[in-house]
Amino acid sequence: MTTTTNQHTWIGKDIKRHEDPALLMGTAIYTNDVSLPGMLHAAVLRSPYAHARIVSIDTSAAKKLPGVYAVLTGREATEVIGPLPAFCAEPVVEHAIAVEKVRYAGEAVVVVAAESRYIAEDALELVQIEWESLPPVIDVLEAMKPDAPKVHENLPSNIVFEHIFTFGDVDGDFARADHIIKRRLRWPRATAAPMEPAGAVCQYDSSSGRMEVWSNTNMLNYVGWLIAGTLKLPPHMVNFHPMYTGGSFGSKHVVSKAIAIAGALSKVTGHPVKFMEDRIDNLAANDSQAPDRIYDAQLGVTNDGKFLGLRLYTIDDYGAYFVFAITGNTNMMSQISGPYTIGSVETGIKAVLTNKNQQGVFRGAGSDVGNWVLERLVDAASDELGIDGIELRRRNLIQPDQFPYKMPTGNVYDSGNYPSVLNMALQHADLDYWRQEQERARQQGRYIGIGLATCQQRSTYSATEFWFHNPAPATGLTSTPESARIGIGPAGGITVTLFSPFWGNSPETVAAQVVAEEFGVDPSEVSVTYDSTYHGLPGAGPGGSRMTVMLSGALHGAAAKIKEKMFKIAGHLLEANPDDLVLREGRVWVRGTERSLSLADIGMKAYWYKFDLPPGIESGLEGSFTYDHPYTTPPSEDRKDLGAFYPIMSHATHIPIVEVDIKTGEVKFLKYVAVHDVGTVVNPRSLQGQIHGGIAQGIGVSLFEEVRYSPEGQNLTATFNDYLLPTAPEVPNIEVYHHETPSPFTAFGVKGGGEGGRMVAPPAVTRAVEDALAPFGIRIDELPITPEKIVKWVAQAQTQSS
Amino acid sequence: MQDEDFVTIRLTVNDVTHRLVVEPRRLLADVLREDLGLTGTNLGCEHGACGSCTVLVDGQSVSCLMFAVQANGHEVMTVEGLARNGQMHPLQKAFWEQHGLQCGFCTPGFLMTAYELLQHNPDPGEEEIRSALSGNICRCTGYQHIVNAVRAAAQALAQTTAEPSGTAV
Repeated sequence: MTTTTNQHTWIGKDIKRHEDPALLMGTAIYTNDVSLPGMLHAAVLRSPYAHARIVSIDTSAAKKLPGVYAVLTGREATEVIGPLPAFCAEPVVEHAIAVEKVRYAGEAVVVVAAESRYIAEDALELVQIEWESLPPVIDVLEAMKPDAPKVHENLPSNIVFEHIFTFGDVDGDFARADHIIKRRLRWPRATAAPMEPAGAVCQYDSSSGRMEVWSNTNMLNYVGWLIAGTLKLPPHMVNFHPMYTGGSFGSKHVVSKAIAIAGALSKVTGHPVKFMEDRIDNLAANDSQAPDRIYDAQLGVTNDGKFLGLRLYTIDDYGAYFVFAITGNTNMMSQISGPYTIGSVETGIKAVLTNKNQQGVFRGAGSDVGNWVLERLVDAASDELGIDGIELRRRNLIQPDQFPYKMPTGNVYDSGNYPSVLNMALQHADLDYWRQEQERARQQGRYIGIGLATCQQRSTYSATEFWFHNPAPATGLTSTPESARIGIGPAGGITVTLFSPFWGNSPETVAAQVVAEEFGVDPSEVSVTYDSTYHGLPGAGPGGSRMTVMLSGALHGAAAKIKEKMFKIAGHLLEANPDDLVLREGRVWVRGTERSLSLADIGMKAYWYKFDLPPGIESGLEGSFTYDHPYTTPPSEDRKDLGAFYPIMSHATHIPIVEVDIKTGEVKFLKYVAVHDVGTVVNPRSLQGQIHGGIAQGIGVSLFEEVRYSPEGQNLTATFNDYLLPTAPEVPNIEVYHHETPSPFTAFGVKGGGEGGRMVAPPAVTRAVEDALAPFGIRIDELPITPEKIVKWVAQAQTQSS
Repeated sequence: MQDEDFVTIRLTVNDVTHRLVVEPRRLLADVLREDLGLTGTNLGCEHGACGSCTVLVDGQSVSCLMFAVQANGHEVMTVEGLARNGQMHPLQKAFWEQHGLQCGFCTPGFLMTAYELLQHNPDPGEEEIRSALSGNICRCTGYQHIVNAVRAAAQALAQTTAEPSGTAV
C-alpha cells in the first residue's frame, strides 16, 4: 500500500525517483568509472596469516616488472601517509598498509601501482615476504583469558573496553520481579556487502600540493579533514568529489583505507591512481563486519506480565581494530528498552579484540541486535508465563499520551502510536486464518509458524554515539549537521546542491519533493546536483536513518531564506506589503487579487536588474542553510543519563508467516506483513523500497548470512559463493503499510526509515521459525537459522523424545 | 608480455564493430569498460556469483569471467544498447515506474538478464521471473519491485510488439 495520510501537496506523493534515468541508462558515474589521463591501477597483497610479524619484504623483482610504477610496503608508505582516522579513545592504531605485524588474514601488506590492474596483480606475485607467524586469537572467549596472545601489544589485554552502564533502579526492579526471564543469545558476525566495493581515485599534484579524490566515501564534508590528516595534507588542499555509490549500508562512511592506498601511490608516482577493492578485498578487509555478540540477557517481569527491568551483558568480538569504538553497543542504548515501559536497564559491555577483520557499521549499527535480543526475551516471557505474545506486548507498550517519552538511558522518543501500528499489522495479517492453517498443517506433518515483533527504529543521530557514552571525559558534542543550497536562476529554474553523495537512497527525489512543496512547482522541474568539498558545507550524509530528516530540514531552511528575499523583491515590484504575499503554484501572489509574478519574473530581476530591486537588496537569488540536529541534550557527567541523542523514533510491527521443511531445513515465507511508522512519509514508493530491502537483509542475517573464520583465522566466507546473500527466490513479497505519526521536532514531521526493515525482521523471522518448530520444543537462541541447524535440531528433538 | 602474445579480435558491441588488440587474459568486461568506455556494465564480484556484470553475447547472458578473445566475431549487447535515440527501452521504463532499483549498481545486470528472459519467454510468471533472476544479486531492493518491473515490461512489450527488442520502442 502506498497511500499516505498527510496533507501536503508534494510531500507524501508517490512519484518516480529523480535518480533513476542515469542509473538505468548506464550513464551514472561510479568510482570505478572514473578514468584520468595517465591513471595507474593499484592492487594489494594481503596477509595469508591472521597474526604474524613481518620479518622482511623483498620487492625488488616486483619493481622490475615492466609497467610497474611503484611498490610500497607499509613501512615505506608511512613516509607519505599516516595512520587511519579512528574514533576510539583507546590507543588502537591502524595503518592502511600493515607496519611490523598483521592482525588479520587479509590485512594489506604491500601495494603496487602499475599501468593496468593485470600487471599490478602480476607484480604482487613477485613480492617475497619472510613471516614469523604468531598464535592467532580467534575465539572471543579464549581472547579474554589473561594469558591469551595480545592482538595489540601496547594494550593491557584484548578486552579493549569494559564497563557496566546502569540506568535506574535495576536491582530494585529485579527484586520486585516475580519472574526473571534469562537467555544466553548469540548474534552472528554479518557484513554489509554492498554490490559496489569501496574504492578511490586519487590525483596528487606536487606543483600545487593539492589532491583530488574521487571516492565512494560518504562523509566527505564531515570527516574529509580527518582523511586529509592520513594523507599528510592540509584539509583545504584535498578536494573530495561526491560519487554515485553502489550501496553502502553503513560500510562506506569513511573509506579511509582505499583513499590512503590510492593517495599514497599517487604521491609516490605523481600519477593519478585508482584502487578499487575486488570482492575478496571487500569481504576480507573492508572493515564493515558487524556485531558478533554473546548476550546474557535478563528481563524482570511481574506475574501479570509487566516488564520491570532489563539486564543485558554482552561480549562483543570487535576484530583486530577499534575504528568506531563501542558505537555498535552504544547505538542501541538509544532504544534498548524498545517500545515498552521498562523502568530500568543495566548493560555491561566487554569489547574484545581478536585476529579478524574489524567491525564497522552495518545497517542497524547494533540496534538491530538490541531489537532481536529484547524481542527474544519478550517471546521467552510469553512462553514461560503462558501469556499470548500479542497480549503481553500490549500490556507493556508505551501509550500515545506518554510522548515525548524519556526512556531509562536518557534518550527521548519524540512521538508514536504503537498500539495503533500493532492493530494495523494484525488487521492485515489475518492470524485467525493462519492459526487454523497451522493446526491443519501440523496434522499433515507440515510446520507453519507465525512470528511477530514490535520494535523501535531510532533515526537521526545527533551527538554521535562514537564517543560520548565513554565513561572517560567527553569531548565536545556535535550536532551532526546537514546542508543544502537552493538557487533560483534568471529563467526561474530551481537548482538544488547537496553536500553528501548518493548512496542508493533517494536524496535527489527527497530534495525535489521538498522544494516542490516549498515553491509550488512540479518536482520534475527541480535540478539536483552534488558539490565537492571545495565548495562544501557541513554534511554527514546518509547513515543512522538521518538523510530524509536532515535534508528536509536543510531545504526548508534554505527555502525560507530565498522566500524572504523573493517576497521583498515581489512586494517592491507589485507595490504590496510582503506580508500580503503568498507563494502558490510557482508564483508569488498578492493575497486576494489576480496580481502575481512568476519565479522567472523575480529571478530575472534578481539576477540582472539591480535597480529594480528594493533598496538594500543585493543581486542574486540563492539560499544556503545548514540544519543542525533538531533535538540534542548533553549526557550527564556520570553517564547515568545519556541525554537525547537519537530522539526521532520510528517504529514497526512485522508479522511473517513461514513454513519449515523439517527434512531439508528450508524456510519458506507464506506471508509477510510489515507496518512502519516513520512519521510523515515523503515518498511512499522509495520508503517501501527501503523497507523491502531492509527486510531482505534481515532475512539474510536470520537464515543465511554469517562471516565465518577457521580456527587459524582464515576468512571462510570471502566470496559470494560462501557468504550467502538472499536472492530472488528466497525473498518473499512483502506487504508494507505506512502508519504516520509525525515528529513534533522535524521539518514536516519526517522521521527516518532507512534501517527499519533490517532492524525488525530478525526477531519476527526467528519467532516464526521457532513457532513452526514448537511441536519439537525447539528454542532458538542463535542466528543464522541455517537449514543444517534446523535439520540437526529436529533430529536431536526426535532422538530425545524416542 | 611479448607482442606475439596479443591477439587481434573483432567485436560488435551495440551494433558498432570494433577491431581490438588484446591480451588473451583480458576480460570482456574490462574491454567493454576500459577500452570502449562502456562503463554501464558494473563489476560486483569478479568471480561469477553476483551477475552485476551480465551482458549478452549473441543474445545469451554471460558474465565478466568471459575473456574478450572468446567473444571474437560475436555480437555483444550492453545496457547502453537498450535505449534507442535517447528513449528508454520498455524494461528500463518499467524499472523506473516500479521502483525496481535503488543504488543502481546491479541494475544493468538485471536489465540484461531480464531482456534475455523476455526474448525466450515473453509472458513469464512470477516464479519463472524469480528463477531467471536467481543468478543476479541485489542488496538494496528485496527483489519484489524488480519482479514487478519485469512483469510490467512484459505486459508493455506485449501491447506494443511481440518482439522484446530495443528497436521496438
